[in-house]
Amino acid sequence: MPTPAIEARALTKRFGEITAINDVSFVVEPGGITALLGGNGAGKTTTISILLGLLVPTHGTVRILGHDMVRDRYSVLPLMNFSSPYVDLPHRLSVRENLRVYAELYSVDAPEKRIMELAERLDFAGMLDRKTGQLSAGQKTRVALGKALINRPRVLLLDEPTASLDPDSADWVRSYLEEYAREQGATILLASHHMGEVERLCDNVLMMRAGGIVDRGSPAELLDKYGRATLEEVFLDIARNRTRAETS
Amino acid sequence: MTQPAGSNAVAEAKAVGGFSGRRILAMVRRHYYLLRGSVPRILEMAYWPTVQMVIWGFVTQFFMGHSSWVANASGILIGAVLLWDLLFRSQIGFAMCFLEEMWSRNLGHLFVSPLRPAEFVIAMMAMSLLRGLIGLLPSWVLAYVFFEFSIFSYGPGIVAFFSCLFVMGWGLGMAVVALVLRFGLGAESLAWVAIFAFAPISAVYYPVSTLPEWLQVVAWCTPSAYVFEGMRSVFIDGVFRTDLLLGAIGMNLLYLAIGGGLFAWSFAKARVHGRLLQIGE
Repeated sequence: MPTPAIEARALTKRFGEITAINDVSFVVEPGGITALLGGNGAGKTTTISILLGLLVPTHGTVRILGHDMVRDRYSVLPLMNFSSPYVDLPHRLSVRENLRVYAELYSVDAPEKRIMELAERLDFAGMLDRKTGQLSAGQKTRVALGKALINRPRVLLLDEPTASLDPDSADWVRSYLEEYAREQGATILLASHHMGEVERLCDNVLMMRAGGIVDRGSPAELLDKYGRATLEEVFLDIARNRTRAETS
Repeated sequence: MTQPAGSNAVAEAKAVGGFSGRRILAMVRRHYYLLRGSVPRILEMAYWPTVQMVIWGFVTQFFMGHSSWVANASGILIGAVLLWDLLFRSQIGFAMCFLEEMWSRNLGHLFVSPLRPAEFVIAMMAMSLLRGLIGLLPSWVLAYVFFEFSIFSYGPGIVAFFSCLFVMGWGLGMAVVALVLRFGLGAESLAWVAIFAFAPISAVYYPVSTLPEWLQVVAWCTPSAYVFEGMRSVFIDGVFRTDLLLGAIGMNLLYLAIGGGLFAWSFAKARVHGRLLQIGE
């Protein structure tokens, strides 16, 4: 059995009286793309923050590529990366400067070459010398994705990776993520509200509601289980706590 | 895809390792880029030390004819001003680097990278030194041009005291950053004002013996009191006092330990409460 890319066991996070996630367990095998789906406040960002080691769980353990994220995170952080709308790259630095800083932080060989590769691939070569704060929301999303890929991560965590992108750009980013996961054998876990994106990209879906995982499976399995034609309908069923009997 | 085969293996090999000079330089590079791109920031750093030096330079000239104490040690006031500014610049330079990361909501990216908190702290120390020197060099040059005062003319002992003030600034800077991490940007103004609580007991412009006895005990708990007493000893008596330097070094070790401990505690708490991801403008 290969070591799981991500292994979360009984994760619970409480902020005072509020329980953000409760007893969340899942395993993501290496390779492929898994989605973390859920409405606002379902616990997706909390879960991703714990997986990244930015947040310490109240209970439970996380292992990434076999490394414990509480005790041994510095062994695995060079092999991971992430992108989220909740964090920015410094606005006053140019795109090239920002990517160069992160290339150095991740000890990337030939950093300028890597930056050019990403800039050409993600179509921001023309804006490398512009201040990051001057970019449109869609351009920032592409640059943030460039930062997330700077170290060729084996585990990539993405929170709303196509937020703020127009349909064409979003489609193009999805194609790139598919290609990246396939060619690099990388594991991608993405949190998304975009059901079309999840249906197209993901091999597995973890459905969250009120801080817990309430269902899981491939998109086809979930469609079949809920007797629905689209994942969006499944999402609404789960978000509104409806059973198949109630909807048929 | 253009990535070379085996690049993941290369990254994996790099995953095993400890402290990295490259990551420290990456953070120095990040703040260098910020300074390079902002002339107003550079001017702001030099502005206040220069104004202070000019004012106290003229005050010194006035007292030269009206005070035998100042006349006997002509550089004492201006030297005190320059050294106090150095302490202020060191502390604010350290804290500002951290605040820049908070303002730009960049902490989340930084601390999911392999950057370790200790590497981050060392980079902030380096940037505080650089920012301090950028801010103070013009005032040192002007002090020499207008008032024929050079702090370096008092020998290497002054440089040793000067270094102690930088280190004290780092200790206080870590404590301030810890408070900002704990209480959020609402505590940001502490970065600007915290140091002034030390001004009365640092005995910048008067000997420690001027203070009430109970306050003298408190004063000797600050590295800066040893430094300014040492400075006066050099300026007035021409004597470099090793005991005062050792006192400053000892206190600095304590300040670094307390500041570092507070920072580590606050960072650990930030990971418990989720502040690394949420904190920002």
